[in-house]
Amino acid sequence: MKAFEYASPRSEEEAVELLAHSGTSEVLAGGTDLMGLMKKMIITPDRVVSLSRVESLKAIQADSQMFRIGAMATLDDVLEHPATRNYPALLQALQAHGSLQMRSQGTLGGELCQRPRCWYFRNGNGLLTNRGRHVAEGDNRFHAILDNAGPAKFVCPSRVAPALIALSASVRVLGPEPGDETEMPLELLFRTPKHEGQREHDLLANQFVAQIVLPAVDGRLSASYEVHHDAGGQDYPLLAAAASLAMRGGVVADARIVLGQAAPTPWMSREAIDAIVGRPITPQTAEAAGEAAVSVATPLSHNEYKVQLAKVAVKRALLKAAGLETGGFC
Amino acid sequence: MVEYVWPDRKDVSVLGGSHDKIDGPAKCTGTAKYSYDINPPKMAMARVLGCPHAHCKLKSIDTAAAEKIKGVVAVRALKNAGDEIKWQGDLIACVVGETDGAAVEGLAAIKAEYEPLDVFVDEEDLAAAEKAGRAKKGAGKVQLEKEPGDGEDEAEFEEKELARLFKEAAAVVDGYYGIRAITHMCLETHGSTAEWKDGKVTSHLSTQNVSGTAGQIGGPLGLTADDVTVHCDYIGGGFGSKFAADSWGVLAARLAKELDRPVKLMLDRDLELKIAGARPSGFANVKVGANSEGVLTVWDSHHWTTGGPEGGALSQDVMPYVIVPPNFRRKTTNVSTNTGPTRAWRAPNHPQGCALSQTAVDDVAAKLGMDSLEVFRRNLINVPEARRKLYEEEMTIAAKLMDWQAKWHPHGKGKANGSVVTGMGMAMHTWQGGGHPSSCRVKIHPDGGLECFLGSQDLGTGTRTVIATVLAETFGLPIDAVKVNIGSSKYPPSGPSGGSTTVGGVSESSRHAGLDALAQLNEKVAEKLGANADDLVAKGGRIFDKNDTNKGLAWKEACSLLGMNPLEVTSRGAPGRNSKLSSSGVGGVQMAEVAVDRETGEVRMKKFVAVQDMGLVVNRKTAESQILGALIMGIAFSLFEERIMDAKTGAFLNAEVADYKLPRLGDIGELVVEIYEPDEERARGVIGLGEPPVIGPGAAISNAVCNALGVRVPVLPMTPKQVLDTLKARNA
Repeated sequence: MKAFEYASPRSEEEAVELLAHSGTSEVLAGGTDLMGLMKKMIITPDRVVSLSRVESLKAIQADSQMFRIGAMATLDDVLEHPATRNYPALLQALQAHGSLQMRSQGTLGGELCQRPRCWYFRNGNGLLTNRGRHVAEGDNRFHAILDNAGPAKFVCPSRVAPALIALSASVRVLGPEPGDETEMPLELLFRTPKHEGQREHDLLANQFVAQIVLPAVDGRLSASYEVHHDAGGQDYPLLAAAASLAMRGGVVADARIVLGQAAPTPWMSREAIDAIVGRPITPQTAEAAGEAAVSVATPLSHNEYKVQLAKVAVKRALLKAAGLETGGFC
Repeated sequence: MVEYVWPDRKDVSVLGGSHDKIDGPAKCTGTAKYSYDINPPKMAMARVLGCPHAHCKLKSIDTAAAEKIKGVVAVRALKNAGDEIKWQGDLIACVVGETDGAAVEGLAAIKAEYEPLDVFVDEEDLAAAEKAGRAKKGAGKVQLEKEPGDGEDEAEFEEKELARLFKEAAAVVDGYYGIRAITHMCLETHGSTAEWKDGKVTSHLSTQNVSGTAGQIGGPLGLTADDVTVHCDYIGGGFGSKFAADSWGVLAARLAKELDRPVKLMLDRDLELKIAGARPSGFANVKVGANSEGVLTVWDSHHWTTGGPEGGALSQDVMPYVIVPPNFRRKTTNVSTNTGPTRAWRAPNHPQGCALSQTAVDDVAAKLGMDSLEVFRRNLINVPEARRKLYEEEMTIAAKLMDWQAKWHPHGKGKANGSVVTGMGMAMHTWQGGGHPSSCRVKIHPDGGLECFLGSQDLGTGTRTVIATVLAETFGLPIDAVKVNIGSSKYPPSGPSGGSTTVGGVSESSRHAGLDALAQLNEKVAEKLGANADDLVAKGGRIFDKNDTNKGLAWKEACSLLGMNPLEVTSRGAPGRNSKLSSSGVGGVQMAEVAVDRETGEVRMKKFVAVQDMGLVVNRKTAESQILGALIMGIAFSLFEERIMDAKTGAFLNAEVADYKLPRLGDIGELVVEIYEPDEERARGVIGLGEPPVIGPGAAISNAVCNALGVRVPVLPMTPKQVLDTLKARNA
């Protein structure tokens, strides 16, 4: 690990100020990802700003209109909050997180902003090495099957983002000046980087995610489904899908279907949504939505099996949301 | 004359019982100190730099900048310009720092230039290996019942005879099978803390071999082994990769000497996986013929394998495995790759041989539409006669524990629950496991204190507890009355702990030393009691006359007869053909039940049954625990773990714990262990258990998946990708 300055602000404003730094700075939330990256010197910030003593960032508030979750709330804090039960997709995504250590130390904001698991990146080769050729010509069994034509071929690692986006969450971002804040739909936080040095989001160094805001559930059905190599969900899923559905007269009036571990960002599947809206949820329509989701897939040399997994994950997320049998082990 | 035997089953006090590990509390509470935990005052931290390239020539190395980093104590180049490097991670340089952080910063400041050379790591692709000039013909063997006629060309006869046998066979299976390379992934990485004092070195080395490594460390330092102490009370896993002091063990000792202060050098996780050993892969084309009963009549296999840069590795002897038909031909090809050299991994060669050949046996059952268990049973005609009955009985027990008969369905014909299908498979194995040379010093104090000393080590499987159990039984005392001292090269030597040789070795030596010491003590007791020493029995904390049990002394009273000085006896064990204490050679039958989701390729363990013989059981609890551990390791290499190399650069892509997949508790399913110890097995004495139960899971689980799907997933581990790719190829 390279020597670095450590800052421990007590307020949101102070945090924004301390992040504005002539050198590089990183936000430290739960530390489950950043510490490992720093130890391997994949990331070598000059300054680390810990948010753990900014009490306002840990607050969770729920009323009939909104469910506001501080970015520094741990995954367990969120899991245990009674309001989370109103959002089955979020509840299930958190429950699927089989690592007790990650759930109790990891924060919701950190979960959304963690860096990709791409093993070329983690072995010090950069994220977009050689305009993506490194991954395209290498072992890409865990890489993207969607939105992978550019240099970015990693997958967004977040396990809660698909659920939150399906549930129409927004994020409150602080900075770049003390007192500045922006609220935006969560899906807009993520982007597919095009050039080395670009992050997986376009926040400035002195901006950070402070809060996640969920609208009232309003009778929508929702579910998350993860496909795993391990049974306990301690590893990252191979593929995941989350769906939220507004039903009217037994048919889907509105849907949000989001794939995880499939693209460099959480992937909102227009194709799956179009296939299911106006139809009831049945094994056949769910299957068709899964087929539609992967109709635009562009698998790499070693990850064609993920196309099948994406199809199944979408199908099962829809069936699960509707309270139907999904098949499989769950 | 002391007779070196075990007491009869009816006469034992603690031998064969179920006892907690005597070092369990120390391990659970953290008071047990591993090499990593030993931190002498003024210790400096050493870090090593691995080469980032898999095959290259070192053009230059510049350590000047590293030496200037604050807190850096010393920098050493470990390779010279012009040296060829043949695998990623091979050590280039070492930096010693006042702190770990300074050493790491120092490493980052080392400037090395490399000239890349051709890389080959794709060990499964034989055609590519041949094209790259990396394939070399290996050993082989042909055995045919018929002999060529006079003047007939041998090679021509061989082809003709094999063709005839396959033509006559009722069923022929032509299959491809594979098992990927895995690493040892020791929880405690390799390394040591070394101390230098008054011209002597102490190496707190994480080792499976305390008695054998002192010379390896002393020699390069210009010392004789008497000036070296190798100390290892606890080891966080070795699995066959920690027999040698290794260059990094020697380096730590050398640095301690040169810097005149203690130095700790432990490998990083990624380096441990890259350079400290791997289990060789194996891939095979297997053609097998059987008669209409499912009995194998002919076998023809070609396997290719790699031991790293030098090629070789997987022995020809394990093909075919256990079930050997009367006619067979086996060929091997050795592939040289730019991967770290292989090392022994629990039961060297056997897990691969079993996974590559007993899968083919099961495919015969599938082809004939027969019950796999029945086919394995009928093929007992193809195992050595001396072990047929054992396997047969173990099969019967395993089948009962698995409820095989009720659950069995032909391959691919089970009832699906949604997309989930279930299946069962089995395998059988063998191992030697005779005891290694071992000496034990027993010391009985006049106040009744009892201790022993052996230059052995506890791999975590219960060696201390085994020694304590043997001596407690010998002296008629409770287990906690015995203080066991192991883990130092200064104690009477024992062999390295590998190949399941430790339990036989230390049971032999501690029983010998215990009985020898007891005989001397009994002389004094006999004199005091006016009894015949040969009639004395040590049991229940007393030494008494077997003809008059009231005539005896409590243990402490007996010991007080020793006078001022303790009684000390050192004896060697005598394993071998004439020993009544230990033996070698075991079987073992395993059965697996799995569930597979056909849509996602996820495989889940439902149940695993292991029936294992091991001669005489010393401690049932640690024996069962060792089998459980082996099954978990077996599940790991069957479903999860593999070394993943980047074909283009030769980089080891998953060399960290997060990416090197291992099973967790939820992945294990129900494990059922049954120790097979009838009187005739017990009478053989102690036999090693470490290796055998880890051999069968690959074949058993592969066979279960095949039974569930009706399709062979040819290569282990059977990840969702492997399963789905196989199903897709099948449907295409």
